[in-house]
Amino acid sequence: MKYLSEYRDAALAQELLKEIKAIVTKPWTLMEVCGGQTHSLVKNGILKMLPEQITMVHGPGCPVCVTPIHIIDEAIELSQKPHMIMCSFGDMLRVPGTKISLLEAKANGADVRIVYSPLEAVKIAQENPDREVVFFAVGFETTAPANALSVVQAAKQNVKNYSILASHVLVPPAMEAILSDPETTVNAFLAAGHVCTIMGYNEYDPIAEKYKVPIVVTGFEPIDLLQGIYMAVKQLENGEAKVENQYIRYVQREGNIRAQQTIDEVFAVSDREWRGIGTIPKSGWEVNEAYRKFDARRKFNLVEEISEDNTTCIAGEIMKGKKKPFDCPHFGKDCTPERPLGSPMVSSEGACAAYYHFSQAEALPS
Amino acid sequence: MSQQKLSIRLNCPLPKLDFDVITLGHGSGGVLTHRLLDTGVFNVLKNDLLNEQHDGAVLNFNGPVAFTTDSYVITPIFFPGGNIGELAVNGSVNDLAMCGAIPQYLSLSFILEEGLRMDEFWEVLLGIKKASEEAGVPIVTGDTKVVDKGKGDKVFINTTGLGRLHPKANIHANRVKPGDKILVSGPVAQHGVAILSVRQGLEFETTITSDTKPLHQPVLKLLDALGEDVKFLRDPTRGGVATVLNELATQSGHGVEIIQKEIPISEQVEGACEMLGLDPLYVANEGIFLAIVSESKAAPALHILRNFDPLASIIGEVTHDHPRQVLQHSRIGGRRIVSMLPGEQLPRIC
Repeated sequence: MKYLSEYRDAALAQELLKEIKAIVTKPWTLMEVCGGQTHSLVKNGILKMLPEQITMVHGPGCPVCVTPIHIIDEAIELSQKPHMIMCSFGDMLRVPGTKISLLEAKANGADVRIVYSPLEAVKIAQENPDREVVFFAVGFETTAPANALSVVQAAKQNVKNYSILASHVLVPPAMEAILSDPETTVNAFLAAGHVCTIMGYNEYDPIAEKYKVPIVVTGFEPIDLLQGIYMAVKQLENGEAKVENQYIRYVQREGNIRAQQTIDEVFAVSDREWRGIGTIPKSGWEVNEAYRKFDARRKFNLVEEISEDNTTCIAGEIMKGKKKPFDCPHFGKDCTPERPLGSPMVSSEGACAAYYHFSQAEALPS
Repeated sequence: MSQQKLSIRLNCPLPKLDFDVITLGHGSGGVLTHRLLDTGVFNVLKNDLLNEQHDGAVLNFNGPVAFTTDSYVITPIFFPGGNIGELAVNGSVNDLAMCGAIPQYLSLSFILEEGLRMDEFWEVLLGIKKASEEAGVPIVTGDTKVVDKGKGDKVFINTTGLGRLHPKANIHANRVKPGDKILVSGPVAQHGVAILSVRQGLEFETTITSDTKPLHQPVLKLLDALGEDVKFLRDPTRGGVATVLNELATQSGHGVEIIQKEIPISEQVEGACEMLGLDPLYVANEGIFLAIVSESKAAPALHILRNFDPLASIIGEVTHDHPRQVLQHSRIGGRRIVSMLPGEQLPRIC
């Protein structure tokens, strides 16, 4: 397939692996920020192909994993209101809240619908004027423009029965939170390609400089990841710490200005709790004053509570790269993708779910 | 395939009926039921056994018989490349074929929702007729019930199938041995993607059509030519190829290895799966099957399958290593476990 098969080329992959092996002399720990990258590393079997000096740890960039449990509970509470249609991206449905998941709420009779775009949710609202439609707007900078656009469109078309339950998180503050942890093991980052498609990568320069870490904006296909790893390792071996862009076919330094304007139109920066990590200052977006009528939290008077998460789940340490899923006593035993105890086991982008499969492959003879 | 209505393509318009929609009366057993059956079901699907209009059909069998049943509850009932009626016939025909049987008879039970439009019912019925004729398998008995509006989803269909076992068939997972080759009879993931393309909220423009079709002809040709060297057959419907291979690994106690680049998939289907965030290995199929054959007979088996579909392929083999697990060699030379799906395949956020 055009623009895909080129980035899945076996000969090119072997070539890049050879080059990585040729330059690596010391052990390095690299963190891929985005869950999509984790998924691709595992799906394509790349982790096992890398030289043993390179350890990949899996960052907090899985939106399913970092959405705090009280927001899941809010979504479930909303879905159970009469005349409510709750719309969500697919993989939020299985995430366990305090008691149940949205999928279970649906089984109990709530009208929960999977959509691929928030604009579909606006359409559903227009088609059901006598009902309330809430879109569960989660995600990083990547999904924010479309979520913001849905609010702008609803406002323009005077759709009064549409609102969003926003739980947006931002990558750079999370990277800083990880780096400022004295126990961090991360030597370099593969920054999330799609986030940078929207936001550009100007905001990473101060981080690279302050913490002396190479940051390579990286894509998601096997060749992208191998090239990103190569670029990061090369910097580390040369003692450099700068921001580089591997994903040049989509990412420009300044990002997508129009998308950023749409985000600014609707959202305001706020402190945000990350599941398993805690509250990180100025690490999220919430609906701003101008669009308050489209904020489900205000519209339905939801009271934001502090989450009381399952304390047996070590999601926070895993997402900061301090522990591997194997280090958790529950991993693969009472915590599996069918019955997850914590969020990293839920989404295929979550480190635990990815490792759940990888760990089995690990036991195989090579 | 043209998306024109079957009734137009078959030049078979809806007969004049008293009602435009199915009513509870059509399931009462009284006059309305009889009128619906006489002008509709019996007239369209007629054959000697069905014409008896008895409570059941009396059949003659000698020797081993395969027996299968399946219910069809698909939404939407009309989709690119077919409708629920064709699916219901082909599904049970294929389940018989996967047992190594020659499909011979089907039963047909409708559960209709009050308010179903008569012309939609007619299209479904014609779909059943078309599929039954194409497969050469008659409907010999059946039932029709109507439930209150809101208690069903337009139409549910159950079909049960009976078929004589092919004399050379010996299809059992426990006969599968390391070294056996795994063949797929055509490109994967078409049906599931075709359904998604018309599902409310997900509509996207595509020419992808469901692959629903009867599979007993290629299966019987394989059995004629290779007999006991055909060890295991399965059509990867719900859960897709990955699920069937996991079942094979579990049931046989051996390992399974597949090679990603050998798995046939159309560019359009692959593109749609990428866009929707779905793994094609888990997407449903209705017109392909997996065959496990002895290593020495893989080449002739492939030759037979390619007479029916040029994209048939040898996608992997059964191994001593990693028992009860399915491993895929990725295009770039990596390896990964292909596991069972934990629940529904849910599209990812980004």
